[in-house]
Amino acid sequence: MSSLEIKNLHVSIGAKEIIKGLTLTIGAGEVHALMGPNGTGKSTLSKAIAGHPDYTVTQGDVLLDGKSILKMEPDERARAGIFLAFQYPSEIPGVSIANFIRSAVQAKLGEGEELDASGYYKRLYEKMDLLKIDRKFTSRAVNDGFSGGEKKRCEILQMAMLAPKFALMDETDSGLDIDALRIVSEGVNQLRGPGLGILLITHYQRLLDYIVPDKVHVMWDGRIVREGDKSLALELEAKGYDWVKKEFATA
Amino acid sequence: MPAPSPTLPARAIGGFTAEAFAAHLESQAGAPAWWLERKRAAYATFAALPLPARTDERWRFSTVQGIDLGSCVPATGAAPLPAVLPVKAAASLVFVNNRLVSRSAPSAELESRGVVVTTISEALRRHEPLLKAHFMAQAQRLGSEKFASLHIAFLADGAFIHIPRGVELSEPILVTHAVSGADAAIFPHTLVVADENSRAAVVDSFVSIPGTGADSRQLAVGANDLYAGHGSRLAYAAVQDWSRETLSLQLNASIARRDARIQSLNIHLGGRQSRHESLSELQAPGAYSEMLALTVASGTQEFDQRTHQMHQAPNTKSDLLYKNALLDSSRTIFSGLIVVDPDAQKTDAYQSNRNLVLSENAEANSLPGLEIQANDVRCTHGATTTRIDPEQEFYLLSRGIPRAAAHKLLVTAFFEEVLARLEDAALHDAILGLIRTKLDGAALA
Repeated sequence: MSSLEIKNLHVSIGAKEIIKGLTLTIGAGEVHALMGPNGTGKSTLSKAIAGHPDYTVTQGDVLLDGKSILKMEPDERARAGIFLAFQYPSEIPGVSIANFIRSAVQAKLGEGEELDASGYYKRLYEKMDLLKIDRKFTSRAVNDGFSGGEKKRCEILQMAMLAPKFALMDETDSGLDIDALRIVSEGVNQLRGPGLGILLITHYQRLLDYIVPDKVHVMWDGRIVREGDKSLALELEAKGYDWVKKEFATA
Repeated sequence: MPAPSPTLPARAIGGFTAEAFAAHLESQAGAPAWWLERKRAAYATFAALPLPARTDERWRFSTVQGIDLGSCVPATGAAPLPAVLPVKAAASLVFVNNRLVSRSAPSAELESRGVVVTTISEALRRHEPLLKAHFMAQAQRLGSEKFASLHIAFLADGAFIHIPRGVELSEPILVTHAVSGADAAIFPHTLVVADENSRAAVVDSFVSIPGTGADSRQLAVGANDLYAGHGSRLAYAAVQDWSRETLSLQLNASIARRDARIQSLNIHLGGRQSRHESLSELQAPGAYSEMLALTVASGTQEFDQRTHQMHQAPNTKSDLLYKNALLDSSRTIFSGLIVVDPDAQKTDAYQSNRNLVLSENAEANSLPGLEIQANDVRCTHGATTTRIDPEQEFYLLSRGIPRAAAHKLLVTAFFEEVLARLEDAALHDAILGLIRTKLDGAALA
């Protein structure tokens, strides 16, 4: 069984420590929601796990299936099964979606293995149908001039094509209207299964109406301060983040 | 005619001695008198002019000591056929060492409508007035008078293309110029006359034939003349992929007449040191010139590009976009000038040089310029030098794409803005293929 274990993780940007000892384990197929006010380190956690060079892990470890990934390059981590769905995906004019995803799928194959082009397109179109994405989309440049909803659906499409073991979904609901939120959530729910563990990072409870988490973690000032089931998210929604701040600011 | 200067060092003449020129003239026996006279005058100019000097503003930033004739002499002899671009062509010509070695004629239908795709030597016999009117018709302004003269003096043959009034070609005409042999010099030439309301695309491909001295020094001094008549549409692409030991000087000249549209795209991949001069004259109202170039510079290559956008009539438009990707210890130079004549009101001119620098040791120089004598114009120019965007890079890495492949994708993406302007999909893919091949051979990450 797969697992993603985050153990007493400390992460800094420059000299500033953002994550201050965070421990969290996601089992195979589990969906964990990570909630908390802005600036508490949620995005930092996802970028650090994915290997962004601006984030330095100063202490602790991240284990994928029992093996540390911290010495791996970002592309190696991705090929090992980590996927980061970006809050703000980069726009890459001049690279088509089809070419981009094909390069990523090709990279996952072993040395000397050739991608079967017709099989690739068949799979791509299947996933696009699943996410209600027009086929013309594949010739557009990656995220270039996309609406918020298109960008997020494009992230989910990549996730579907790369079939990671664990997905870190950073504020996937931000920038989405209610219709787009529903489509994206349906896409995630279709991918949900024993092979995919998800860390769902969100500020708002509304996403959790569509993607129901197995566990909810509340983050404050670089640490997890409360854990529970989906009812914790509802409690948080009712009481607001001021409740967390009041309870833990002095802790 | 300038008299040969006795004070010039021998290296200013190299292997292009008076004896070599006399031998060349003998090979041209039977050509019209004006042609031979032009050659004699050109040789005298070549022999009188010094090699470029560092102090010449038009050679600023250029490594002038690399502009060396060495011991190159006009290429001769047979060689294996060169590879040609995988493009479906309406007609094609293949020159090796300045001589035609292979051709495919236009269809009978196109020939019956007067389309001519032939050699300059045949044009001297059958299309003399047209050749005389257009061959090297524009004065050199950008610094290479000596080399333009060398080209005229020693040119043995080249491509002559005439698209008559109202004829539209749906496929490009492909001309391949190849060189083989150590210390070989070639003088490729392509002349295109597109008459009123015609439409055509012409592709020049410059290659060294592998295994035949391409690892030794070679010299290519080429030129082209592009003429777009009233209301015509002429697309020209040149793919320069000479050997890494070649010194290349290429002179690109175009004329756009009333409501004509010329697109010129120069792809620079090969050569040790390459100087490219592009002169575009917008001679009548409504003329539009699109000047595009892409360069992949690697190793210690130097690419030096000089341009003039010359607005000589009102309501003319030019759009220049030169993009360079620099790897290793390569250098590029871009120097461009928009010239607007006093009566060229409502000129719309754009000039942009964008450099993507992938190595700490590479050097991109940019000298954009304007010279405007009219008062109601819109002229914009700019130059940028950027590196790989770290967020774009991380995005690609986070999808499992290794760093070198990610950089390759980002470099081709940088070029796509220009390549997307090509109408011919097969040509787009052929050029992209050559760019990828060059990037595969380079250290990208």
